[in-house]
Amino acid sequence: MGRYKFLGRPTPRKDAQDIVTGRAKYLDDIKLSDMLVGKVLRSPYPHALIKEIDTEKAKKVPGVKAVLTYKDVPDWKMGLPSHLRVLDKKVRFVGDAVALVAAETEEIALEALDLIKVDYELLAAVYDVEEAIKPGAPQLYEEFPNNTLPLGNPWMGSPRVPEGLKELIVGDVEKGFKEADVIVEEVFAYENIPNPLPPEPPAVIAAWEDPDTVHVWLTSQGIYMDKISLYYIMKRKFKVVVHGCQCGGSYGSKGTILPIAIHTILLARAAGKPVKLSYTKEEHLTTFTLRLGSRIKGKVGMKKDGTVTAVSADWLVNTGNYSAVTQAQVMVGLGEAQLVIRCPNWNVRPKIVCTNRASSGWIRGFGGQELKSALLPLFYLAMAKLDIDPVDFFKKNAIKAGDGYFWRDGEWWVSRVIDFTKAIDAGAQAFRWKEKWKGWLKPVFVNGSKRVGIGVGVHGNADVGEDVAEAYVRIDPDHTVTLYVAVPEQGGGQRSNLCKIAAEVMQIPLEQVFVSPPESDINPYEFGLVGSRGTYAIGSAVINAAKDAKQKLFELAAKELKANPQDLETEDGFIYVKDDPNRKTTWRKAMGTMRTIIGYGRFEPDYSLCNFMISFVEVEVDTETGKAEVTRVVNATDVGQIIDQNCLENQLNGCLGSAGIDTALFEETVFDPNLGRIITTDMIDYKWRTFSNLPVIDNIVLETPFPSHEFGAVGVGEIATSPGPAAVVMAISNAIGTWLLSYPATPDKILKALEKQGGN
Amino acid sequence: METKVQAKGALSSSIRLKVNGKIYDLTVGKDVQPWHTLTHTLREKLGFTGTKVGCDHGACGACTVLIEEKPVLSCLTLTVECDGKSIVTIEGIGDPTSGRLDPLQEAFIEHTAFQCGFCTPGIIMSLKALLDGNPSVTEEDIKDALSGHYCRCISHYHVLRAVKDVIEKRRRNGSL
Repeated sequence: MGRYKFLGRPTPRKDAQDIVTGRAKYLDDIKLSDMLVGKVLRSPYPHALIKEIDTEKAKKVPGVKAVLTYKDVPDWKMGLPSHLRVLDKKVRFVGDAVALVAAETEEIALEALDLIKVDYELLAAVYDVEEAIKPGAPQLYEEFPNNTLPLGNPWMGSPRVPEGLKELIVGDVEKGFKEADVIVEEVFAYENIPNPLPPEPPAVIAAWEDPDTVHVWLTSQGIYMDKISLYYIMKRKFKVVVHGCQCGGSYGSKGTILPIAIHTILLARAAGKPVKLSYTKEEHLTTFTLRLGSRIKGKVGMKKDGTVTAVSADWLVNTGNYSAVTQAQVMVGLGEAQLVIRCPNWNVRPKIVCTNRASSGWIRGFGGQELKSALLPLFYLAMAKLDIDPVDFFKKNAIKAGDGYFWRDGEWWVSRVIDFTKAIDAGAQAFRWKEKWKGWLKPVFVNGSKRVGIGVGVHGNADVGEDVAEAYVRIDPDHTVTLYVAVPEQGGGQRSNLCKIAAEVMQIPLEQVFVSPPESDINPYEFGLVGSRGTYAIGSAVINAAKDAKQKLFELAAKELKANPQDLETEDGFIYVKDDPNRKTTWRKAMGTMRTIIGYGRFEPDYSLCNFMISFVEVEVDTETGKAEVTRVVNATDVGQIIDQNCLENQLNGCLGSAGIDTALFEETVFDPNLGRIITTDMIDYKWRTFSNLPVIDNIVLETPFPSHEFGAVGVGEIATSPGPAAVVMAISNAIGTWLLSYPATPDKILKALEKQGGN
Repeated sequence: METKVQAKGALSSSIRLKVNGKIYDLTVGKDVQPWHTLTHTLREKLGFTGTKVGCDHGACGACTVLIEEKPVLSCLTLTVECDGKSIVTIEGIGDPTSGRLDPLQEAFIEHTAFQCGFCTPGIIMSLKALLDGNPSVTEEDIKDALSGHYCRCISHYHVLRAVKDVIEKRRRNGSL
């Protein structure tokens, strides 16, 4: 028997029927009457000025309702700091938006795009971060000399540190290096810019209700985040009503949907009709959010016992043609590094650089995966020199209660976390790490051309209690409960699981708990279902709202029961006196059928708790073909309290996809610097894992209650992709007996490494 | 395809599709254009939006429907090629009038064999074709049948659990 009636028990997801019958409404399934189709004309050049643009012929095509170029759009800017124009006279990557068309059908819109004549003046382009910061390099934006963007984010700082964490400076690294037994200095990169590639392409619908109110439907994770951002981008002159819908996968990426939203909003305004702008898969692959390019030129010092004495690094971050939230990712990444490496002396200096390719940005792992995948290999080299078992190292270095760290707000937080070493031990045991570990650069076994190696990686994020969440819990006159929370469903089952949390507080059957549509006009503020904040941050707001509603219900029942509200309890629609359960009444009697009870709950940010996950991987390398395959994965974590086993396990299995483990094996966006463009433009050229190729995954989940909310749970879903990539390159190196710390470790690289090794 | 000469001599033709048991007569040039894909007609003309557009180039499987009981990528199929054919979409399995679900749908619910759910209709249609009338389905058969389906959330493991559950229940009941 579990501790709870609903939490931890398998229940069908509330939206399950809709999903399996095809009734679930994704963005593209929404039809408004008279809705037009929006399309984008894109630049064929990586860097150019538009000398002339002629739209006359396009405008004359019957059925074309609007054509927009940089000449027709308001001076609104996006990105941080504001720099990305709606449409610009300058294009900065192959695929950059040049003109927008709205027409009655897709065919007409495409015909109109063909008829727009553009004369370009070509400019030199730059793709590599180090080239881009050199004096004399082509400049993407006049306001950013050396293509370098300012650090920090005014939305995320504290009152004391208004722009938040810009770099990680702690202690004295020179002193730290002097105390080290081994110092390693190297350059590593995680720059294969994989695309998280949700199956549903990004799409937006916009419809103007009147000249100052626009309704926007979008595939998104954060209703209010989009609402508030759009309001500010549009110079605070319009009311924006955001309607979320079933989101066909995001993995963070659809957090950067705002440029598409602005394009759609302006087309709808110009055409005087609703417009849907839906990206094709080619547009998705070549113009929408890629992972950050991450290059570390670093130096680490380590003692014989695995104590890290100093970390010093230049962190070069390639954000592509603009930055939406790259600064925030850098801030979170710097914070996260301290959760898995306990070191008194840090000096990590990030640099965010613009280049002439599609933008990098918001993806599951949010800066931390990018930093760690390039940083951890330095520690591998140091551990190998000292013959330290990496599991012992990660156990020693996983954050402990009382440890401090700088978080994204620039403040120093002291951790209240539980002991993660239990999860590490449980994972190691399930994987049989001790039996398999033969030492660095040693395979577990060799069988002809097949060599097996093992590796391990870690990740943690103190975003579980990130940002503000609010919720209402309403007891309706029919005595059902409706939860009002601005959370769209994106796959984790959070809408359903928040109902489960409300049912647990209210002690009524889950079938009697419903959740409001994810729309900004009816729900209270909620930052957005991002990171792993669903369970603790949003869950707390729901718990508080449910308790508030329950309290109001008890106040109504108290008179009849001649008891104090605080002495009452409820179960299955009955209210009774705790000490005398025979003194009872019903919800119906207490509140009647002509009353609504509304409970309100709020959660204030708390960065003193984090989640943690360790991934163990076994890789088989064929030395004849160079092919590496992950054959086994063990993920281990501690979540305090499972809300729903299936939802949790599904999210942890997500370690493979959405630009996770597979970015170390075969997944990459191939950018050809000679052509200046991405050449993996469809889902045949962009490699992904199929059903025929599944490793065995075991997820070990412990439930040590956290000091979070009354159910002691924290979320973990977001970080599932992050420990894996660095674990895989460690395993491949161990299998082949030589270092191959490069992403992705494709057969050609493996064969080259083996050849070099043979040559030695 | 039926072609008839109208009063003024203009050619018009119509095609007949049977979708989820119901007959639809569509006029080419009006209801359906020669270049329309079956996905487009199902979603935009007939309102069967359970069939999803993922890649629209035959690589992701989200648009899978049954044509004459065989799984077909509807994004690579022209509607005009389907004249006289019987098509089943996700809306047409189980019993839509009574709301009774297909055992596959029930198992997907029980095992939460989805996350974002966008690939789910296509996956269920391929599985439906695999299981119906096939008494001995192995795990390899299932993986082969689904190898063209892109699931990015990684719900593969729960999908396999759900299908195996259906097969096991079917075996116990001695039914196909």
